[in-house]
Amino acid sequence: MTLLIAMLMDGLIYASWLFVIAAGLTLIYGVMRILNMAHGSFYAIGAYGGASLVGLYLAGGYPVWGSYFVLLAAALLGGLITGLLIERGLLRVMYGRDEVVMILVTYAALLILEDVIKLIWGVDAYFAYQPYTLLGRVKFAGLSFAYYDIALIVVSAAIGFLLWWGLNNTRYGKLLQAVIHDRDTASFLGVNVTRMFTTTFVIGAMLGALAGALTAPGISVMPGIGVEVIILAFAVVVIGGLGSIGGALLGALIVGLSRSAAVHLLPDAELFVIYGVMALVLAFRPQGLFAIASARKI
Amino acid sequence: MRSFTLLLMALATVLLLGLGWLLPGWLTFLLTIALAKSLVVLGLLILMRAGLVSFGQGLYYCIGAYCVGIAGHYFDTQNALLLMLLAMIISTLVAAVIGLLLCRYRDIFFAMFSMAFSMILYGVLIKSAAFGSSDGFNVKPPLLFGWSPGGESGPLLAYGLAVVAVMVVCSLLWRYLRSPMGYAGEAVRENEIRVEYLGVSVQRILYTKYIIAAAMAGLGGAITALAAGHIDPDMAYWTTSGEFVFIALMGGTGHVAAPVVGATLFELLRTYASQISPYTWQMILGIALLAIILFLPKGVWSLLERIKKGKTS
Amino acid sequence: MSVLLETRALARHFGAVTAATDINVSISAGEIVGVIGSNGAGKTTFINMVTGYLKPSSGDILFKGESIAGKAPRQVMRTGICRSFQVAQLFPELSVLDNVLIAYGMVKQPSLSLFKPLATAANIQQAEALLDEYGIAQYLPEKVLTLPQGVRKLVDIALAMLGEPAVLLLDEPTSGVAIDDKFELMDTVMRAVRRCGAAVLFVEHDMDVITRYSTRLMAFYEGRVLADGPTTEVMNNEQVKEFVTGHHLDIHPQQENIHA
Repeated sequence: MTLLIAMLMDGLIYASWLFVIAAGLTLIYGVMRILNMAHGSFYAIGAYGGASLVGLYLAGGYPVWGSYFVLLAAALLGGLITGLLIERGLLRVMYGRDEVVMILVTYAALLILEDVIKLIWGVDAYFAYQPYTLLGRVKFAGLSFAYYDIALIVVSAAIGFLLWWGLNNTRYGKLLQAVIHDRDTASFLGVNVTRMFTTTFVIGAMLGALAGALTAPGISVMPGIGVEVIILAFAVVVIGGLGSIGGALLGALIVGLSRSAAVHLLPDAELFVIYGVMALVLAFRPQGLFAIASARKI
Repeated sequence: MRSFTLLLMALATVLLLGLGWLLPGWLTFLLTIALAKSLVVLGLLILMRAGLVSFGQGLYYCIGAYCVGIAGHYFDTQNALLLMLLAMIISTLVAAVIGLLLCRYRDIFFAMFSMAFSMILYGVLIKSAAFGSSDGFNVKPPLLFGWSPGGESGPLLAYGLAVVAVMVVCSLLWRYLRSPMGYAGEAVRENEIRVEYLGVSVQRILYTKYIIAAAMAGLGGAITALAAGHIDPDMAYWTTSGEFVFIALMGGTGHVAAPVVGATLFELLRTYASQISPYTWQMILGIALLAIILFLPKGVWSLLERIKKGKTS
Repeated sequence: MSVLLETRALARHFGAVTAATDINVSISAGEIVGVIGSNGAGKTTFINMVTGYLKPSSGDILFKGESIAGKAPRQVMRTGICRSFQVAQLFPELSVLDNVLIAYGMVKQPSLSLFKPLATAANIQQAEALLDEYGIAQYLPEKVLTLPQGVRKLVDIALAMLGEPAVLLLDEPTSGVAIDDKFELMDTVMRAVRRCGAAVLFVEHDMDVITRYSTRLMAFYEGRVLADGPTTEVMNNEQVKEFVTGHHLDIHPQQENIHA
């Protein structure tokens, strides 16, 4: 029983930050039909930005409880700036090309950003554990959990709810859905698709950076975390169906829980399980679990 | 015409082999690796002409390399030809199984699914203590039926194997691209429905090409292992596969020589860039990739073709 | 006259939409059957089902007495049913020559050799001869992308004929073709058809083409076959006039039938 609870909780914790980054990735794909390989870099920027800014903040002698706002600010700012730079500076120039070519464009962006991160923050590891340890731990069913991790689950759920609410209950959200379903028709009806692309990409970037900033206090922030994360995010998004936020949620849960099960039962199979699950889902539902329909060809 | 080309290629082979003795060691090593990688990219060329971009050729590259390493370790064999053949056979077998599933997909899904398989291997190898986990392990140098130039010139054997392998594969590929199966790749890329209505299975065409590409990648991995003397799971990491796609784009898919040119340029670029500034060579690659996409979408080879056309007009 | 193609109670639904229902058709050797009906009436769905692109929801399709329902397009093609498309299905970035060479290779030798060259002098000659029959041999070196619509349609039909089918299904062969060229196109096609002796079913919107070339006519309406019989009879059918041709407005066809 303890094992089950441990698996469940670890799975949920893992799924929560996965969902945030995957939501950003799937949103960008849904609206812009671009599979953004540089999404991992947003995560890294959020993590590095968050960790380094928290470090500066605490070194300045400010109270620890303020560090959460620093994390948030770092993420939103980092995502905003990087997102704008990439979308306006790079993607704008490349629009209209083949989907696979766009993957290569974002792959180039990933390569560039990885080195930009190294140039700004160097190659040493950053630690910003204070926000994590401040909240303390709780004992439950014979296991010890950090309040921070539990808070992470709550925050992710809140973000998920905000996204869902925003997409379905605001005018802008509905326009976004229209563009996701049929870009051309939406633009014929007067939707400023270009501006929407920028906004979507920036929101996606901020979500990626947020996932990074939220995770940073619990890990050592090192070069390469962005690259590691992008593969996981892909697996989640492909399982859930490209373009579907609900799918990203389901995918994150599936990946999070299966990975957790592997870690507790068969640690050697951790990575294998994640991609095995993705391969399995693709074998039976090639479009992912919630996918957008396509029209007749002849 | 045909025998003239053959003569030319034989001459080129002899020339390149001879060059091996004249060039400095680091350059022959670089060329060996470039040639080995070009084999993988030649396989990518087949797939890309059929409309599929694989982000998972690293899977077979790694399988080929580990075949060499494992056979060398556990069966104590250094017979280069045997090892290369083994690498190709195992790659073919794995591709025959995976291809059954993978070739049902296209575009992004094919790319992501192929990436997933290579990452599955990475995940398995990372945790396999028997194969050295993330460190990998060393590979004994190759022998050609017990012979090796030995000493300083040792690496020349791998170089020679690479040159001959690439020459042979290029000639076979050149012929292949002019065969009905070669043309069928273009047909599938252009219009799958039409192909089906002409009475031929698209699945079978893609499956065949996938297996051929895998065998070539396995061969490339084997030669890399023999040349570098070391293998590790990074060969199956998705960024390795990304490199191959990069090279395919850089060189172009218009001619069998293009991937060889592309791979050589890439290795040169990578070596110099990472020496000059280790913190920015990835950035340089990224910028180079963008430049290629913007200005030379058909790769460097198309530039050579333009120059050729300029000369004849 | 032997019955070549037969459908029995053929039907196809897409969720709540009935694209075709209770289609009972039989085509015999030597027939030239026209098919009319407004868009969405089920004509292309019918062709898609017969050629295996779509699986019927219910009913059966028989060719020379054997059931072919559910077979893949490439299997149906091999049994002897070929089709052309509303939008010509060719290999756009390749030259017409390559299109024909590839098609010829695939139809005659499906095993697809990996080593024997495709573009041999003999094969190229065959390609030239084929397009000559349709009067478009001069387009051989052109990329399909650059071709005018009428030429594309002819290439599409020529490729369909490569299979030497017993039954040929043409989906709107003259659509998108300039009015003045329609008869020329159909004359060319009919000549080639007569040479190989195939039974033909062609979907058309142009009533002049229908009355000129078909001896038998089928009218589709909302997924059903409204009428099926000799062309003049069906054209005078009250329901057909009302729902399909609009001829209840008293507009009479001006064309003479070429078989009359």
